[in-house]
Amino acid sequence: MRKFFTLAEMKKSLLMAVWFIFLTFPIMVVRVNPIYKVVEWRWQNLVLVGVSAFFLSFLWRYFLAYKKPAPAKSPLETSARKGKLSELQRHPAARRAGIFLAATLAVAFPYIFSTYQVNIMTTALIYVVLGLGLNIVVGLAGLLDLGYVAFYAVGAYSYALLNFHFGLSFWVCLPIGAAMAALFGIILGFPVLRLRGDYLAIVTLGFGEIIRLVLENWNEFSKGPSGIAGIPRPGIVGVEMSLNTSSIFLYFLMIGLALLTILVVTRLRNSRIGRAWIALREDEIACQAMGVDKTKTKLTAFALGATWAGMGGVIFAAKTTFINPASFTFLESAIILSIVVLGGMGSIIGVIASAFILILLPEYLRAFSEYRMLIFGAVLVIMMVFRPQGLISNVRQTYRFKGLQEENKEGDIK
Amino acid sequence: MEYFLELFLGGLTRGSIYALIALGYTMVYGIIELINFAHGEIYMIGAFTALIVASVLNIMGFGPITILILAMVLAVVYSCAYGFTMEKIAYKPLRHSTRLAPLISAIGMSIFFQNYVLLAQTSDFLPFPSLLPELEFLEPYAFIIRSSEVFIILTTLVVMVLLTLLIKFTRIGKAMRATAQDRTMAMLVGVDVNRVISTTFIIGSSMAAIGGVLIASHIGQINFYIGFIAGIKAFTAAVLGGIGSIPGAVLGSLVLGWTESFATGYISSDYEDVFAFGFLVLILIFRPAGLLGKTTTQKV
Repeated sequence: MRKFFTLAEMKKSLLMAVWFIFLTFPIMVVRVNPIYKVVEWRWQNLVLVGVSAFFLSFLWRYFLAYKKPAPAKSPLETSARKGKLSELQRHPAARRAGIFLAATLAVAFPYIFSTYQVNIMTTALIYVVLGLGLNIVVGLAGLLDLGYVAFYAVGAYSYALLNFHFGLSFWVCLPIGAAMAALFGIILGFPVLRLRGDYLAIVTLGFGEIIRLVLENWNEFSKGPSGIAGIPRPGIVGVEMSLNTSSIFLYFLMIGLALLTILVVTRLRNSRIGRAWIALREDEIACQAMGVDKTKTKLTAFALGATWAGMGGVIFAAKTTFINPASFTFLESAIILSIVVLGGMGSIIGVIASAFILILLPEYLRAFSEYRMLIFGAVLVIMMVFRPQGLISNVRQTYRFKGLQEENKEGDIK
Repeated sequence: MEYFLELFLGGLTRGSIYALIALGYTMVYGIIELINFAHGEIYMIGAFTALIVASVLNIMGFGPITILILAMVLAVVYSCAYGFTMEKIAYKPLRHSTRLAPLISAIGMSIFFQNYVLLAQTSDFLPFPSLLPELEFLEPYAFIIRSSEVFIILTTLVVMVLLTLLIKFTRIGKAMRATAQDRTMAMLVGVDVNRVISTTFIIGSSMAAIGGVLIASHIGQINFYIGFIAGIKAFTAAVLGGIGSIPGAVLGSLVLGWTESFATGYISSDYEDVFAFGFLVLILIFRPAGLLGKTTTQKV
């Protein structure tokens, strides 16, 4: 480990401070009012930038040197370098205790905290489901989807429109919304089957934008930018619910859906189709040579991924009781993708953890509400620089032979 | 016919601006296979710097030509500085990690820059002074083409020629082509790859800044969000032409510009972006590697 307060390091940091002062000068210091033709000089910002750049550059270099050299390249190597967290994850007693703790907390939550907190938690749970859904497409099948929010919009609008025109209830619309989203997943899937990574990314992004723009401009169909209001919250037949109970009901509904998602996604991952997805992600050609139907595998990934977004959308519409196209922008897709990547691609616990962090962090940062998106952007960059494999890196399914454990230090036979 | 010509020239102007930004995307992609989502933000920062410089100089009482030159130069300098710094902070430490990590980092950078400008400046639209001089001989044709459009098209042309010369005939251009072909091999024959990557970011950023200043003085207003839309469009253009290919980026941008211009002129202006993306999907179905992209055979 190098020493970090030597003269040379000081000099480097000083240089950084000067560079950042130069860099931020026009935007941070000068503010012009073009109408009144007044220039406002904010010299105090100059000092602020200089001092923070000086100290942050120390931290930056320290952590960069601290970061383990040569990060893993493929998931195979990742599984060899297990963190303490995943070690803990494997320990049965710790696991049971963790699940018990989480369950108690989840059940008690709405009775301890206010409705406001419950609503935030419901939102976070919606993002857990969205993250797990996108995890199928990006994490397991390796198809980079930048327009995932389109399916979310399809789900939300399915419920809103079916309810508005035909008066269909939430419970009828939930499967319909999911099915509609799956259908759109297949519609998107077909043209992009032949595309490679980044072409796929831009087409999915375009698809997401097309859906949003159509919703925004087709006034007769979707009421345009003003959106649809007065969407009923879900209920049980014959039970009148106050706003408070209804939030709690929605919260438990969401817990149920999240559990269902976790169950289905775990089972899917270890199933025949799940293994086909992972094989497709690792090597498309080898996968085809082994007799995996590429078309079918990719389409199921898109359809099954979209299904969860559709359900999430229906619940989102029911929760906010008002939707408009502004809720389904690219930023939303980017946030969901960040959840998947920050959590550790393919890792289910990681995705859940990062969904909570990424959604709750901006909510509780409301004290600095102006700065929260700035911090969000910075967190994404910092996370990627210092921990590109995500919070909890994915552990590949491995077989253990007890007798071999002494010889093989990793304890895993791949 | 006049209407057609107007749309044609409008599309050409649009396409030129897209091309200036798309080149930055495509060059960066060609060299490190990264979709630099924050590239549009560099363009926005260029436009903001120009606005700030121009306003300050205007209040100090400088002449229009001095303002134009100084604003342009400083916008380019600052955009390059931002592009360079961004690469060092957000992408360089990620050189050897998975494909998705730099992409997320780029999205983070993009969100960061948007909010940085939003907080340090303002969220409102700011009026942008028309820095470009009016050409008098174009007066009779004002309904077909504005003089700012002429400037945009001509500047883009000059920049394209300069870029082609740079890439074809200079040492750094050769190094860039070598790095794009095979980074490891380029390193082995003594190319300083880090320098090449930095240079690519600087060149891309300077073109984005030029595009930013031109379009801002053409349209007459800017805010912190302009970079995002322009960035996505330019990226679409780069993919349309075949990402990684420099003539492809120019062709893709022009095609995209014309598609938007004609579709809005003849069909409906509400669905401008829908046409752009729909067209992209259509092209990619029939040519999965873009218009000029090479279909590489994957070897096992």
